[in-house]
Amino acid sequence: MMRFIRSSFVIARRDFGATVLSKAFIFFLLAPVFPLLFGSLFGGIGARIAARTERPVIAVIDSRADFDRLAAARDQLTQALGEEAVVKLVHYEVEPDAAAEVDRLLASTQPPVRAVLTGGLAHPHLTGAIARDDPTAAQLQLLLSTARTAPKPSEPALPVTSLKSSSGSLINDRAVTAQIGQTLLFVLTILLSGMLLSQLIEEKSNKIIEVIAAAVPIDAMFVGKLFAMLAASVVGLVVWIGAGAIIVEMLSKRGVATLPMPAVGWFGFFALTVVYFGMNYLLLGAAFLTIGAQASTAREVQTMSMPVTFGQMLIFGFATTAIGAPDSPGAIAAAIFPLSSPMTMLARAAEEPQWWPHLLAIGWQALWVALILRLGAQLFRKTVLKSGPRVKWWKRARLN
Amino acid sequence: MHADALVSGSAETNFALESHDLVKDFGDTRAVDGVSVAVPTGSIYGLLGPNGAGKTTTLRMLIGIIDPSSGTRRVLGRERPIEAAAEVGYLPEERGLYPAMHAREAIAFMGALRGLPLAEGRRRADELLEEHALGDWAKKPIRSLSKGMAQTVQLLGTIVHRPKLIVLDEPFAGLDAINQGRLEELIRRETRTGATVLFSTHVIAHAERLCERVAIIAKGKVAFDGRVDDARAKLSSIVRLRTRASDGPWRSAFPAGTRREGDEWVFELPSAGPEPLLRALLDGGAGIETLAIERPGLHDAFVAIAGDKAAAQMGQEKPQ
Repeated sequence: MMRFIRSSFVIARRDFGATVLSKAFIFFLLAPVFPLLFGSLFGGIGARIAARTERPVIAVIDSRADFDRLAAARDQLTQALGEEAVVKLVHYEVEPDAAAEVDRLLASTQPPVRAVLTGGLAHPHLTGAIARDDPTAAQLQLLLSTARTAPKPSEPALPVTSLKSSSGSLINDRAVTAQIGQTLLFVLTILLSGMLLSQLIEEKSNKIIEVIAAAVPIDAMFVGKLFAMLAASVVGLVVWIGAGAIIVEMLSKRGVATLPMPAVGWFGFFALTVVYFGMNYLLLGAAFLTIGAQASTAREVQTMSMPVTFGQMLIFGFATTAIGAPDSPGAIAAAIFPLSSPMTMLARAAEEPQWWPHLLAIGWQALWVALILRLGAQLFRKTVLKSGPRVKWWKRARLN
Repeated sequence: MHADALVSGSAETNFALESHDLVKDFGDTRAVDGVSVAVPTGSIYGLLGPNGAGKTTTLRMLIGIIDPSSGTRRVLGRERPIEAAAEVGYLPEERGLYPAMHAREAIAFMGALRGLPLAEGRRRADELLEEHALGDWAKKPIRSLSKGMAQTVQLLGTIVHRPKLIVLDEPFAGLDAINQGRLEELIRRETRTGATVLFSTHVIAHAERLCERVAIIAKGKVAFDGRVDDARAKLSSIVRLRTRASDGPWRSAFPAGTRREGDEWVFELPSAGPEPLLRALLDGGAGIETLAIERPGLHDAFVAIAGDKAAAQMGQEKPQ
């Protein structure tokens, strides 16, 4: 066992050094900067475009008094739903040729008019490119009903006693924490573990695989490579989280404190996030290493990347079904399925306070890491090194 | 002495490496077909055969890179070769090093793979590189070294942990005459310190110069396994004789199979020795101008054992 660990360590030390001490690792560390830069760049462009592009409006041809009542009703609805959710109204005075005015407004681009409301509060009629059951029409119906009702001079505001949390709000907010944690885990793993697909290409193309395979067990080589990349990823994460914390500290006073407290507490949740990231990385990484080991060229690795990414997304999708219902059959299945287990269990940590399921899950996941690595090493020996006796099971089956 | 007898009947410690009936199939192709060899401890043992004979596959099975389809092997007394890895050095046919690694680090890494502490590996790497006139290249990346230098670095990495068994697959391939000479000296030096060396080659001259024992492999089978002298002894010595008279009744004294090559009579040395024939020739008035008795070389033995076709393949590449 000591020899196995020592062999793994030799491989891991070489791979870790070769990765972290290379110039390419600087680009790796800078990787999160690029999406942020592009995000802010394209976000700014998008905002400018959005600002330039005016939202379609409903032109209201009516008296000023009626329009004011309609506008007051709109204000009420805006308070409840938000400005963006409520249809925008623009007032136009009634002209002698009503039909011509409607046609002119519908053809207008400043502002772009979606429909024209005529007939006042008494006999309203909507004309435009709009279906009867369109939500815009339904909103207008609601606004007209409210506007027709005479406003009460001193309607009391609803008294509100604000508490820190209630059962309903806690479940909802913890689901948000679960979702954020799970998404973070997924994004980090998808970004980092994909590198393992090409981990054996260097050894195969340099022919050094013969030297390694003669000196150490293939299992030890797999374990060494996996942990080396995990360690390199942890270096990246430490740098990113450190930089992120500094930025959050500089820009916000409250930071993650604005998130609701997870069910296992912040310390427990953070510890589990670290453990489950490790497990998720090792599980998916072991699978990727196994798949990638079958490839003999960089092109084959590239070809494999897309289905592997889709596979990861499917696993993520499966894990998200657990959010909000951690004891549902789907959630339990996702927790048992090894590849989705870490993400599912992290979501559970945000929503449920018990610790024993986590201890069980971590043991289960560790077992699967070992199993996948063992399988990967055997597959590598069999299919790449062409080792061992030929297994013609199909021929044997035919004879029987 | 055949390997079967060695494997079944001898003390384990006498042989650094043994195999019994190794078979390797790749798909429907049988690459190695029942190879049994026994490499005595402390010897230089050659695996001789043309390209594609199954030498590399045999070596890879012997040291445990691949498992055989059937058969057994024992390396330094262990059934599982990987358990003896710390005491084995292996130089593969297709050389491979990490191009970005420094020469010194590459040697130390190869030692570390075999259990040598990294610091000690670096210290020995410095010594070895100095010894082989590569001291100035110790901290240069492998990619900046010439092919010959990189091969030397890999060879030094193969022996840095002072293995008891050194397995070299076509170690002379790609080396110039000077480096081939150095490598031969290095192999001899390692055996003087008690190591066993097993190497494969398709160049007979190397095996002839270095090996005490050889296994001749052809078409995946061992055609001969034993001492080089035993291989030669399979053939009679060749006599080249030039008579003063060109012909005469004395001619009937030559043994069957005698042929004429220019002015020379060429025939196998009779089992009774040359004296009776010489006496008959002198009595018959042939006169003797020159006489040469040539001991057969390993190449002749190889032709006799493996056949002309295999020998022709071996002849395609001469030692530089």
